[in-house]
Amino acid sequence: MLTDLTITTAIDGLRRRDFSASELVSAHIGAAEALNPRLNAYITITSESAGAAARSADEALAKGDAPLLTGIPLGIKDLFCTAGIRTTAASRILSDFVPPYESTVTQKLLHAGGVFLGKTNLDEFAMGSGNLTSFFGTVESPWHRTGDATPLVPGGSSGGSAAAVAAHIAMGATGTDTGGSIRQPAAYCGIVGLKPTYGRCSRWGTIGFASSLDQAGPMTRSVEDAAIMLGAMAGFDPRDSTSSEQPVPDFRAAVNRSVKGLRVGIPKEYRSEGLSEEMQAVWEKGIQWLKDAGCEVSDVSLPHTEYGLATYYIIAPAECSSNLARYDGVRFGLRVPGDSLDEMYEKTRHDGFGEEVRRRILMGTYVLSAGYYDAYYLKAQKIRTLICRDFINAFEEVDVLLTPTAPTTAFGINEKPDDPVQMYLNDIFTVPASMAGVPAMSVPAALNAEGLPLGLQLIGRHFDEETLIAAGSVLEKAAGFTARPDIHAGVAA
Amino acid sequence: MALDPATARRVAKLARIGLNDQELETVRVQMGSILDWIGMLDEVDVENVPPMTGTEHVTLRQREDVVTDGGRAEDILSNAPDRAGAFFTVPKVVE
Repeated sequence: MLTDLTITTAIDGLRRRDFSASELVSAHIGAAEALNPRLNAYITITSESAGAAARSADEALAKGDAPLLTGIPLGIKDLFCTAGIRTTAASRILSDFVPPYESTVTQKLLHAGGVFLGKTNLDEFAMGSGNLTSFFGTVESPWHRTGDATPLVPGGSSGGSAAAVAAHIAMGATGTDTGGSIRQPAAYCGIVGLKPTYGRCSRWGTIGFASSLDQAGPMTRSVEDAAIMLGAMAGFDPRDSTSSEQPVPDFRAAVNRSVKGLRVGIPKEYRSEGLSEEMQAVWEKGIQWLKDAGCEVSDVSLPHTEYGLATYYIIAPAECSSNLARYDGVRFGLRVPGDSLDEMYEKTRHDGFGEEVRRRILMGTYVLSAGYYDAYYLKAQKIRTLICRDFINAFEEVDVLLTPTAPTTAFGINEKPDDPVQMYLNDIFTVPASMAGVPAMSVPAALNAEGLPLGLQLIGRHFDEETLIAAGSVLEKAAGFTARPDIHAGVAA
Repeated sequence: MALDPATARRVAKLARIGLNDQELETVRVQMGSILDWIGMLDEVDVENVPPMTGTEHVTLRQREDVVTDGGRAEDILSNAPDRAGAFFTVPKVVE
């Protein structure tokens, strides 16, 4: 079936004319339309424009000068502005917003020939770890515990992208990662998720959450697919003041690079209490796989790890309160009328934002307000320096770090903890790399006893995604992860 | 750290988010528990540590002070919830 292919194999198949881009895209659209009523992975499916793009792709392929991703069907997280296509951030406040411009990342994917199947669901404004806060409803993971129909979360915030790729209703998808929003859903859904170095992919046209942390990246079913997609997404953009001018290497070439002699660090602080026994066992396996490939493994210390999450929950809400101040009901988005300007703002922002987003805006407003700024925000920025130094020091001794991606497997949609802090603990292993701005990738490693995926995380030096790709390929081959969720293209939902 | 109701109300006002009494109380309690948890940061010594204001590996650049975009009033107004000609509208501010 055409929905079984990876990006890598489809690129070759399209050029051999084994099938057309139109056939490939229509197979994915058909499967997406069949499964989406259950999974809710897409907020918007763009069948018509995808069909037209596929026909253009076939013409380009016939001419023989088609760029690499020509005809490849992709899902786009509904946080990337797409010209003329509704972009919601999964929020009521943007539920009718149609951007007049294209984000840099999606423009680059279009230039590379990608065909967009639609806009994938997410936690509202990318704030969440379970895809439970979308105005457009919860996403159900295509995975279930063996013999148990309990609906599970796909993780978040890029949960729609993760569910779509895992269920084979997108060949790859874009995600964004602020504290783990690419890697944690990738782990929960048994796919590859790569958060590049901060600055690698332009943030221009991506709806902002916490601008010093937000970074776009690929979510795919293989490491090579991630390398291909990242190559198309990355690169300097003068419209993003924090975009990096570092040259974009040939990420795909790193897939088969030898890891013999590569120094792998195991951060001892990640052996924390919340780590499940089965995750611990898979981590040990991962260490062995890298040793078998010739890596030198040693323990390292990241002494400020335990402060990462609390620091994040000062910095990210602070930046979010500032970024989301623009939603005021005047220039775009929802407006709820009021008798005065202030009343209109207050009603609009109350009705337009969901509970989690409101809570984070309020937290951020509090930590930035007069009298509290130094005690919270400035202090958190200083601890962020210490967290970043931890990584820089560790990378004096080793080339890459291996950790679990998340402490556990996915939890049930109805098993959501009432305490927001409990919910935040899902990101305990992903947040530190975000704080430091270093690249990190989750690779599916095994299924647990209940039949749910577990992911391993590789963390690299600034701008060294290639080592992640090389080591990730080794883990991928050794793990031989071929399991599929019970709901996927070709089976009835 | 418990947040007192007056502070909670002031923060909601600053953020321009209208909350009823019950919503304000819920968020006040939740913020208190988040602040308790964040309190663990008190034990970190940050003496002489500079704040990290972005990723240190990216320095802000300047560009030529020239117009690179513009003349797109219709595009910009296309999502306005309410407009009058080429203008956004707001409730009356000056009596």
